[in-house]
Amino acid sequence: MARTLSAPVTVAFDYTRSTGPVLGRFLTGLRDGVVVGARTSSGTVVVPPPEYDPVTHQQTTDFVEVSPAGTVTSWSWVPEPVKGQPLDRPFAFALVTLDGADAPLLHAVDVASPEEMSTGMRVQVRWADERVGHITDIACFEPAAERDAVATEQPRSGDMPADADVDPVTGIITPVELDYVYAASPEESAFYRGLAEGRIVGQRCPACHKVYVPPRSACPSDGQPTSEEVELSHEGTVTTFCVVNVPFMGQKITPPYVSAYVLLDGADIAFLHLILDIPADQVRMGMRVKAVWKPEDEWGTTIENISHFSPTGDPDADYETYKNHL
Amino acid sequence: MRDVAVVGFAQRQMEEFDGSPTCVELLVPLFAECYEQTGWTRKDVGFWCSGSSDYLAGRSFSFVQAVDAIGVTPPVNESHVEMDLAWAMYEAWIKIQTGEVDTALVYAFGKSSAGVLRRTLALQLEPYTMTPLWPDTVSLAGLQARAGIDAGLWDETAMAEVVNRSMGDAEKNEYAVRKGASSVEELLARPMYADPLRKHDCAPVTDGAAAIVLAAGDRARDVRDKPAWISGLAHNVDPMSMGTRDLTRSPSAAAAAAGAGVDGVEVAELHAAFSHQELVLRRELGLAGDVAINPSGGPLSGNPMFSAGGIRIGEAAKKIWSGEAAKTLGHATSGPALQQNLVCTMEGRA
Repeated sequence: MARTLSAPVTVAFDYTRSTGPVLGRFLTGLRDGVVVGARTSSGTVVVPPPEYDPVTHQQTTDFVEVSPAGTVTSWSWVPEPVKGQPLDRPFAFALVTLDGADAPLLHAVDVASPEEMSTGMRVQVRWADERVGHITDIACFEPAAERDAVATEQPRSGDMPADADVDPVTGIITPVELDYVYAASPEESAFYRGLAEGRIVGQRCPACHKVYVPPRSACPSDGQPTSEEVELSHEGTVTTFCVVNVPFMGQKITPPYVSAYVLLDGADIAFLHLILDIPADQVRMGMRVKAVWKPEDEWGTTIENISHFSPTGDPDADYETYKNHL
Repeated sequence: MRDVAVVGFAQRQMEEFDGSPTCVELLVPLFAECYEQTGWTRKDVGFWCSGSSDYLAGRSFSFVQAVDAIGVTPPVNESHVEMDLAWAMYEAWIKIQTGEVDTALVYAFGKSSAGVLRRTLALQLEPYTMTPLWPDTVSLAGLQARAGIDAGLWDETAMAEVVNRSMGDAEKNEYAVRKGASSVEELLARPMYADPLRKHDCAPVTDGAAAIVLAAGDRARDVRDKPAWISGLAHNVDPMSMGTRDLTRSPSAAAAAAGAGVDGVEVAELHAAFSHQELVLRRELGLAGDVAINPSGGPLSGNPMFSAGGIRIGEAAKKIWSGEAAKTLGHATSGPALQQNLVCTMEGRA
């Protein structure tokens, strides 16, 4: 048996960002199929345009259209691409100085092997099939013919396509998704393994003797590892609760319903669960409740083995019995 | 300025930690080691500061859970940085300088193996034009390595020499997760991975945690005969863009070295997670040829995220405690391709 339990978890969020006028100009250009840089106070043309001048700290305003073709100034082979990169087969990340620019842009180059890459090689933009005003409108770079043979226009200054003024890109959405294998601590693993056997297992702090459920790796009060296992009653007292009225994504129960802190008999910290089998407006502090388990054949190493807590019908607990656990 | 010294240090490094990414399980014994080294209890610690990232843990508020390892009855004076241990130490040093506290215990932890580290780190990049391409850490380091090779500043042999020396020195480090010298020829015969980098040019993905104890004046003298007095502590940052700085240089490292003062340094522990980055740092820090570099084996032998920079300071402090050196240097870095750098120098004066 593994020392700890673990499970895959994916954390995802779509980051929505406003671009501001400078990056907006760059991304508007990409949408319209042109690469836009900016001239800094020192006279160099930088792509992507910096929002503020590195010397004068003034906002960048002198935009310059540069060529979609350029020269590789450094590169690194990517033998095992990770999710989200421009290509899902081996490729090169490269710094590419576009014709008309003085500073390189970071992007991918689509070649089959590192033997096809070299510093100084000529590459050109491969545009994405659909352009939306995002850095990925450049799908990647691809090898190009020598400089003279590439049909490129001379860089133009201040001569931007009309669309840039009419319908500028003002925001981007960047989906971020990270995959993890999340492990439980040994104490948490014991808790979940207990649940799989129909038991609720806590642990006691050797210093203050408080019983924590779910157990923690150390007593938050004393910093001591909580080593002694304690099996807890399946009955307890509602210490505090809230009525959930607001719907949210992934909600499994129709509101209104009650989330409550239940102080199991023998425990010193309450844990969060649902109170069902009673109208939400009748749940109260001090109410005695018991765990309602799902059928045994549905049990796993999860808190969901306990479907919810249900009123026992016993008289409410005295406030004195739980006032130190709120 | 108050005299502040490093008086305690403990670390754990491993290839894969099978416990919770909150790392409480690792921190409790680390703190116990710090208490043993200092003769203190947790109540003697005036200030706590941790370094970690929820992006690494894959959960929210992992640094709050980690506070369990301290025990907070009575309440503690505590802070957190989403940075390496070295910067947590910087905050604690400032705190001691204010006169509010005399002692601090700083710690950091990270379970790099919970996700795909080189991918997760793309989230620290410029979010409009870089992160959407997911440039992984190894690729960005490769761009830097090739820039130096193309410029004739270093070559594959020089990089292999760094690896060979590190792997040899790592044999004496019980925490090293990669060790064992071979020869420059044998290293160069190994296949390219992320051309121009071979796998051994890249620090191994490492889980771990570390803690450093600081004390001012007599509190430090009470703990050790030879406290590692901090004689210089500075950190600087370069622009984030990979295109607008010379990747073969690290102006922020040079500025931090100038701020800390490196004259007379005998041992330097450098947070170079890629072999060529040691070559960049030796130049930028202005280290003389006879300075011993990374006698612990350095990050190429183990690079636990959020701890590895602080571990450099801890390893450098140990050389002062033992009397092996009179002045040492610990360096930490953050961001892509040596973007942000911290230099801490320590002296063994009485």
